[in-house]
Amino acid sequence: MSAVIDAHHDDHDHHGPAKGIARWLFTTNHKDIGTLYLWFSFIMFLIGGTMALIIRAELFQPGLQFVEPEFFNQMTTNHGLIMVFGAIMPAFVGLANWLVPMMVGAPDMALPRMNNLSFWILPFAFSMLLMTLFMEGGGPNFGWTFYAPLSTTYAPDTVTFFIFGVHMMGASSIMGSINIIATILNMRAPGMTYMRMPLFVWTWLITAYLLIAVMPVLAGAVTMMLFDIHFGTSFFSAAGGGDPVMFQHIFWFFGHPEVYIMILPAFGIVSAIIPTFARKRLFGYDSMVYATASIAFLSFIVWAHHMFTVGMPLAGQLFFMYSTMLIAVPTGVKVFNWVATMWKGSMTFETPMLFAIAFVILFTMGGFSGLMLAITPADYQYHDTYFVVAHFHYVLVPGALFSIIAAVYYWLPKWCGRMVDERLGKTHFWLSFIGVNVTFFPQHFSGLAGMPRRIPDYALAFADFNMVSSIGAFIFGFSQVFFMYVVIKTIRSGRPATARVWEGATGLEWELPSPAPYHSFSTPPKVTAENAH
Amino acid sequence: MQPVTHNRRGGLRRLFRTGIRSGARVGGRTVAARFLTGIVALLATAFAYGDDLNMPVGVTDISRQVYDLHMLIFWICVAIGVVVFGAIIWSVLNHRKSFGVEPATWHESTRLELAWTIIPTVILIVMAIPATRVLIAMYDTGGEDMVVEVRGYQWKWEYKYLDDDMNTSLRFMSNLATPKDETYGKSAKGEHYLLEVDEPLRIPINRKVRFLVTANDVIHAWWVPDFGIKRDAIPGIINELWAIVEEPGVYRGQCTELCGKDHGFMPIVVHAMEEAEYDAWYAEQQQQYLALQTMKDKTFTHEELMANGEAVYSKYCASCHMANGQGVPPVFPALVGSEVVLGPKAGHIDVILNGRQGTAMQAFGSQLREDEIAAVVHYKRHAWGNDTGDVTQPADVVALKSKEG
Amino acid sequence: MASHTPGETPAYYIPHEGWYPVWLALSTCVMMLGLGSWLNTASAGEEPNTLFFWLGFGGLAIVLFQWFAKVVRENHAGLVSGQLKRSYVWGMGWFIFSEVMFFAAFFGALFYARNLAVAWLGGDGAKGITGDYLWPEFENTWPVVNNPNPEVFTNPGESMAPPSTASAWAGYLPLWNTVILLTSSVTVHFAHTALKNDNRNRFITWLGLTVALGIIFLILQGEEYIHAYQELGLTLESGIYGSTFFILTGFHGFHVTLGTFMLAVQLVRAIRGHFSHEDCFGFEASSWYWHFVDVVWVGLFFFVYLL
Ligand code: HEA
Ligand code: HEA
Ligand code: CUA
Ligand SMILES: [Cu+2]
Repeated sequence: MSAVIDAHHDDHDHHGPAKGIARWLFTTNHKDIGTLYLWFSFIMFLIGGTMALIIRAELFQPGLQFVEPEFFNQMTTNHGLIMVFGAIMPAFVGLANWLVPMMVGAPDMALPRMNNLSFWILPFAFSMLLMTLFMEGGGPNFGWTFYAPLSTTYAPDTVTFFIFGVHMMGASSIMGSINIIATILNMRAPGMTYMRMPLFVWTWLITAYLLIAVMPVLAGAVTMMLFDIHFGTSFFSAAGGGDPVMFQHIFWFFGHPEVYIMILPAFGIVSAIIPTFARKRLFGYDSMVYATASIAFLSFIVWAHHMFTVGMPLAGQLFFMYSTMLIAVPTGVKVFNWVATMWKGSMTFETPMLFAIAFVILFTMGGFSGLMLAITPADYQYHDTYFVVAHFHYVLVPGALFSIIAAVYYWLPKWCGRMVDERLGKTHFWLSFIGVNVTFFPQHFSGLAGMPRRIPDYALAFADFNMVSSIGAFIFGFSQVFFMYVVIKTIRSGRPATARVWEGATGLEWELPSPAPYHSFSTPPKVTAENAH
Repeated sequence: MQPVTHNRRGGLRRLFRTGIRSGARVGGRTVAARFLTGIVALLATAFAYGDDLNMPVGVTDISRQVYDLHMLIFWICVAIGVVVFGAIIWSVLNHRKSFGVEPATWHESTRLELAWTIIPTVILIVMAIPATRVLIAMYDTGGEDMVVEVRGYQWKWEYKYLDDDMNTSLRFMSNLATPKDETYGKSAKGEHYLLEVDEPLRIPINRKVRFLVTANDVIHAWWVPDFGIKRDAIPGIINELWAIVEEPGVYRGQCTELCGKDHGFMPIVVHAMEEAEYDAWYAEQQQQYLALQTMKDKTFTHEELMANGEAVYSKYCASCHMANGQGVPPVFPALVGSEVVLGPKAGHIDVILNGRQGTAMQAFGSQLREDEIAAVVHYKRHAWGNDTGDVTQPADVVALKSKEG
Repeated sequence: MASHTPGETPAYYIPHEGWYPVWLALSTCVMMLGLGSWLNTASAGEEPNTLFFWLGFGGLAIVLFQWFAKVVRENHAGLVSGQLKRSYVWGMGWFIFSEVMFFAAFFGALFYARNLAVAWLGGDGAKGITGDYLWPEFENTWPVVNNPNPEVFTNPGESMAPPSTASAWAGYLPLWNTVILLTSSVTVHFAHTALKNDNRNRFITWLGLTVALGIIFLILQGEEYIHAYQELGLTLESGIYGSTFFILTGFHGFHVTLGTFMLAVQLVRAIRGHFSHEDCFGFEASSWYWHFVDVVWVGLFFFVYLL
């Protein structure tokens, strides 16, 4: 018997989707909404990436060739904002929508209507943000970290719309997270105990906590900006007894957890893929869970490592240096566990595995540069140079982004019932792998040599690195357009996939046929230690 | 399982073909070893290459300590990397299904997991000790021989030499000296493109110089890599820095906090001089400085005003209002035919003195002398076809200033 | 804390596709755009453009009403499984937590300004050089009644500091507001117990009383603001003290308004005969929210008014 209570009073079978555009506008189905999130984030990725390519084109050689400094700043700012809030985060939420219900053995998300709402806010919020680029005075030009007073007293009028855009994105993330938490805590099939949940579910549970904790703080920060701009308050103005640095503290209290929000789900994905293709159970499941939790905890007490140069008292500098360095320990545990999972496995190297291995190596390199940045005295030399840009692109692009690409290659057969053409997938991998390193590795050098961030033009000493970096950027960029081609080709004409798809795959989602039915589990499956993850 | 068959043409496999051919394990080891030594060698040579690729060693005790710290952490990370990546590559090369390897069944080991929790912690402590030592040294700002206030403006620096009771004894602005033509490719770029200023900061070597860093409008950051010091310049807040330079020379840096349109165009140039040479320069400059304070009592001819005015304009105004006075509407209004410029003199001077709240137009009252303001106002009112016919003298500015009190 | 009891087979409820969410998103966007152009036109000294704000707001109100009405209908139709109810509970709980963090940002600003920024500007503490060199006149005191630069941020005439004489306490509005809110927390709790004992009349009376107290609180708060603006010369523009005071009390007042409205809706439903002792989530959620705004106020009373 189906335990699904049916809301329908009309007789057409609600297990199939509605037809046409209405399906996407009105859907309450976790798979449809997941798909919407994923396509939305990919479009945002192309837009943000195009901005990155504009940046790289201008930086191809010294002098101003294509854009004026004013516009360059808008590109930098919106590139950062769109990639972080428009590309990476929605992509992870989309994956959570697709996978969490399947992985915990539920038919859908806990609150399907709110799920639709949290998605549809995003296209509106981002069109509002992008609109500002075409308004009088131009769009946000104060960096994605929008430090006051550049973002208040000295900002273009459009900052008001930017602020409300952030409010709306925040609301969307909070509702999305509440939904995910409710699903995980409340919709698990019998026998799916906490310590049996797949790590992707675990990492997302913790990520959702982080989001609910810090998104409102960001909302508070932009609200204070709004008041400084329009209502004459002086939160961020020393003349009125406030302090511009206060803005940075509040922003980074949000901002640092935010960067882990962009990596914890990635850890979950990699922890799912590596065991599959090593045909060996994930090493140290428990320590993986505890490591994730401790990273989340630590992420609340390290924020000021972004502010070592604002002139904090010595005690503060030392505290934030030590706490930041500590994060290397739980993260290390994860890296070592992944290596141990591969060790003495029986590995094959399908596209998802290639991206996962590249993730482990390149993310670790990004982690190392992060650790160097954590060393306060050295950070005085690194801060706001391209060394920082290199650091965070290593953790974000071959980190967060590669994990998302890996996830798509890994679960796409489950979603659409068709296999990816390995030849195309591997081509995409090698193009991306080479492109990303050619783009971002030289930036370590230009940074150490003293090239500041957020500049449209630079001294002659940095010319070579920037030329290389720009070439890499275009290789990488266009290989992502190729990615789009591979995905569409698979959906259209890939070879049919089996239910298990990958020889070594374990977990509830693989018990379902491919493509997965519209409502994942209409009756809760029996979960045992074996099939849980 | 169809995906598995594809692995025959697996990418990694192609990369390590050599290794695979010469028999799995042995070949794996040699390749892995070759690969990693390769990378390490590459990095070593790269850094041997010098300042263009690595952090400058610098010319202060602090900068050298920071450099050593940087290299220490760097090599520790490389070492860890060699271990971690070595293990990955080794197992990628050897633990392959295509070699018929049966997967091991173990999936946890408390001892191992403890080991790789504790060992990194120990490594981190090893890093933290020298880091703490250097940081404490950096924070020792006392016992200075002289004090300089560094003040960031959009988009230039102001330097004030302070006497014992913190009063200004010499001050000047330091603007980018690179002509726009080089930026727009109309003329060849000079050796110090974007890193040259009209008036460098001059300090003596072997004396402890204390810098009080602040800003007038938005946050900037003052950075001289060779001194190993960087600090944000925050409006309304003072940050302290210090340096004892050991070798005379010209040292260049840039603003390192996004501060708006021309963030990339406000370099820092410090000229470190022999003590005696510096003292002579300082004495002479101070004379001139005092002399210049009397310029406001002079009256000038139209020609003098136009000449001085153009000089001031190109230095302070042209970056927004453009050399031809056309501006970049709507953000930076045109001055040609502007109602402020063609309007009453007092109103025009007032805008220059106090700026326009909430716009990019800043207050120049504190940056420019009365005679400079008079000259630039006069220039604008008679340049590019503007012609108000009137004459603006320092006296007008003085009058307005005193009226405002 | 696992809310799921293994073994039991939950009945899932999959709602029909619905038009509310996307319309809610749309009207929210219109409302925000409208608010933006409203503020921008007003700040530019032009004729404020409020049209889109009210358009969006209207849409928002309509959709929300429809949406909640439908949820209530579904509930009466018995479609809402125990599991979905638990999801609602989790949802409300975490929503309130996010609200807590929203206020945390403003409290954080208050603490930072008081203990660090104002001290440094006043020449005390590790960065005292800032005050000594840039703001020699400025004193490190709280409440700040003389701003570092009074030309830009006019000084408040007086602060909201509590009265010095015992007798004056009787006329100290914040004290009364505290009493009122605390009482209202009790009354809403009585309402709950009354409902649990299926005593509908008492339930309605206590609930009505709570709503009334909420409204009185808001009136007094408005009274206090008028007093601040007109007699004390304490405004949003009067430096960090005014800024922190009004943003904290203002957003709290805004939340009290929401809470009162929510309770009022539940009151109407109660009069219409909704709710039973085992099915009263709508009421419970509103009452949790009410307790939350109450707790926030206690924090405010201590840190903003007393200390
Ligand atoms: C996914 C996002 C992400 C992640 C995961 C990280 C991870 C880390 N980051 Fe990064 N960071 C960013 C995104 C991220 N960062 C962004 C976007 C910025 C710039 C923001 C802006 O200004 O625009 C930034 C900036 C930034 C700064 C400020 C630099 C500056 O502006 O001056 C610092 C300073 O401490 C820092 C540190 C770290 C550290 C210590 C980690 C650690 O978590 C890394 C830990 C991992 C490892 C260390 C490797 C694996 C560990 C082992 C193999 C164990 C053994 C190793 C040792 C014992 C060394 N980051
Ligand atoms: C979170 C994720 C993320 C991602 C994925 C990226 C991706 C990239 N980023 Fe970065 N970046 C940031 C986050 C990210 N970035 C942040 C937070 C900042 C700081 C902003 C700030 O300082 O405020 C930053 C800043 C930043 C800078 C410094 C700018 C400055 O300081 O002035 C640079 C410069 O090279 C750069 C480059 C790139 C490149 C080349 C990519 C490439 O990976 C992009 C790949 C390119 C594409 C995907 C384009 C695809 C499209 C086409 C090929 C054209 C076809 C077009 C259509 C079909 C529409 N980024
Ligand atoms: Cu000044 Cu950047
Ligand atoms: Cu961080």
